[in-house]
Amino acid sequence: MFAGEDGEAAAFAMRIVVEMAGVVGADRLIDVTAAHVDGCLYHGIAGLEFAERLVTAGARVRVPTTLNVGYLDLLHPERYRGDKPTAANARRQMDAYVEMGCRPTWTCAPYQLAERPGLGEHVAWAESNAIVFCNSVLGARTARYGDFIDIAAAITGRVPLAGLHRDEERRASLLIRLEGIPERLLASDALFPVLGHLIGREAGSAVPAIVGLPADTSEDRLKALGAAASSSGSVAMFHAVGLTPEAPTLEAATGGAAVPEIAVTAASLRAARDELETAKGGDRLSAVCVGTPHASLSQLERLAELLGGEQPSVALWVNTGREILAEADLRGVSGALERAGVRIVTDTCTYLSPMLGAAKGRVMTDSGKWAWYGPANIGVKVVFGSLEECVRSAFEGRIVRDPALWADA
Amino acid sequence: MAGDAQGPALVLDEPLSFWGGVDPATGDIIDVHHPQCDANVAGCVLVMPSGRGSSSSSSVLAEAIRAGTAPAAIVLGEPDPILALGAIVARELYGRTIPVVVAPMPAVRTGDVLTVRARADAVRID
Repeated sequence: MFAGEDGEAAAFAMRIVVEMAGVVGADRLIDVTAAHVDGCLYHGIAGLEFAERLVTAGARVRVPTTLNVGYLDLLHPERYRGDKPTAANARRQMDAYVEMGCRPTWTCAPYQLAERPGLGEHVAWAESNAIVFCNSVLGARTARYGDFIDIAAAITGRVPLAGLHRDEERRASLLIRLEGIPERLLASDALFPVLGHLIGREAGSAVPAIVGLPADTSEDRLKALGAAASSSGSVAMFHAVGLTPEAPTLEAATGGAAVPEIAVTAASLRAARDELETAKGGDRLSAVCVGTPHASLSQLERLAELLGGEQPSVALWVNTGREILAEADLRGVSGALERAGVRIVTDTCTYLSPMLGAAKGRVMTDSGKWAWYGPANIGVKVVFGSLEECVRSAFEGRIVRDPALWADA
Repeated sequence: MAGDAQGPALVLDEPLSFWGGVDPATGDIIDVHHPQCDANVAGCVLVMPSGRGSSSSSSVLAEAIRAGTAPAAIVLGEPDPILALGAIVARELYGRTIPVVVAPMPAVRTGDVLTVRARADAVRID
């Protein structure tokens, strides 16, 4: 392939894979069974020219490949408020990846699609929140891939044997122990993005083991934790002891080694929550944004239930994948959300694509990742709240908090 | 990534994600959580402990190299394949790139002029 017998595109892709193997110190390549590609999101001319060069050279993916979010919501184009030339380039870039044979899934939560990799399976996933979910919750194996190498891996079906593909790199090197967290906070969805944010700050790129999470912690909650930890840090895998597949016990997670320990208390969580917020003073909201990473069906159902068919007084946006939306349509969930005036966004995210328009100002979100990137990407100030706090605040048009939630036990 | 470069050092106190952290149109640091927010990376020898966060940083670095707003070189305390990849693809597409090297953090301050000479097997920073 490297020498060009499979065509110019495969040779170009293999050159990238081999060069990466050198950068990460791998002495051989391994097969992957699937890929998730992030390069379809437009950041400027370079990414577009890269994709179109591959298409012109006849590139085709060799393994089943899903696509991450793009810059545009192709199902709701009327929401776009940006300029036309950027939209045209962004669309060309999305089309180029479909032309290479990738599935137009347009979601940052490929683990919510029907087919997902299983324990021990080697894949090449990009998108930081998907990477951490894949390694931690599914137990499938991906290194921290980014744009360019993702499609190169999909075209060649090969990746360097390095990073989290290797057993020894998957062991926990840091222990995060939850201590004295009040039951009420442990039972709230608000805990997980804030804990993830704190872990990202403390762990950097290490693999942490977390002890003290409730035994019934859902995938949605682990998703929120991982997304925040891979935003404030470079966490690509965590072990939730007793919950995730490679961590039935702490010893299994660490391989028996003694590792440094960090205690997390209600006070450190409050500090992490405050650090995540950039809106200080004042309480009027211009919008509420939830569904980052893309909402699951059960999260959409919960949102509809909290709204109870009533219309909030400020715009409430939710992002989800188009395949989840199709399911929500069948079950009447999208109808319930639309009757409550919810703006459903697919294929992209409210912090990527210019959609909020005049809603700039103070925005409340239940996502650690949205809170982290929103201010830089679209110039808003953010406030963090649980989904319930977000919905109550959307009704009131101002920040409504549950003061008991973050109190000491 | 091999290559030679020279420029004033910009020493970052914390890791920086290029995506969501640097505007490739200007080279400005836009990450509001970053201690060096509002500094400009263009033409600098960017010295930082490691990369961070998003897997889109490869694209943002490649775009900055294309647009001429990239640092002259990046010196990292630990390897970051995502940034290396941005530099590799810029070289493939545009025939120009920047050295992205791993070295013990040099004892320099922002503004000191650094020369980076990177070869396949050795890095020298003066």
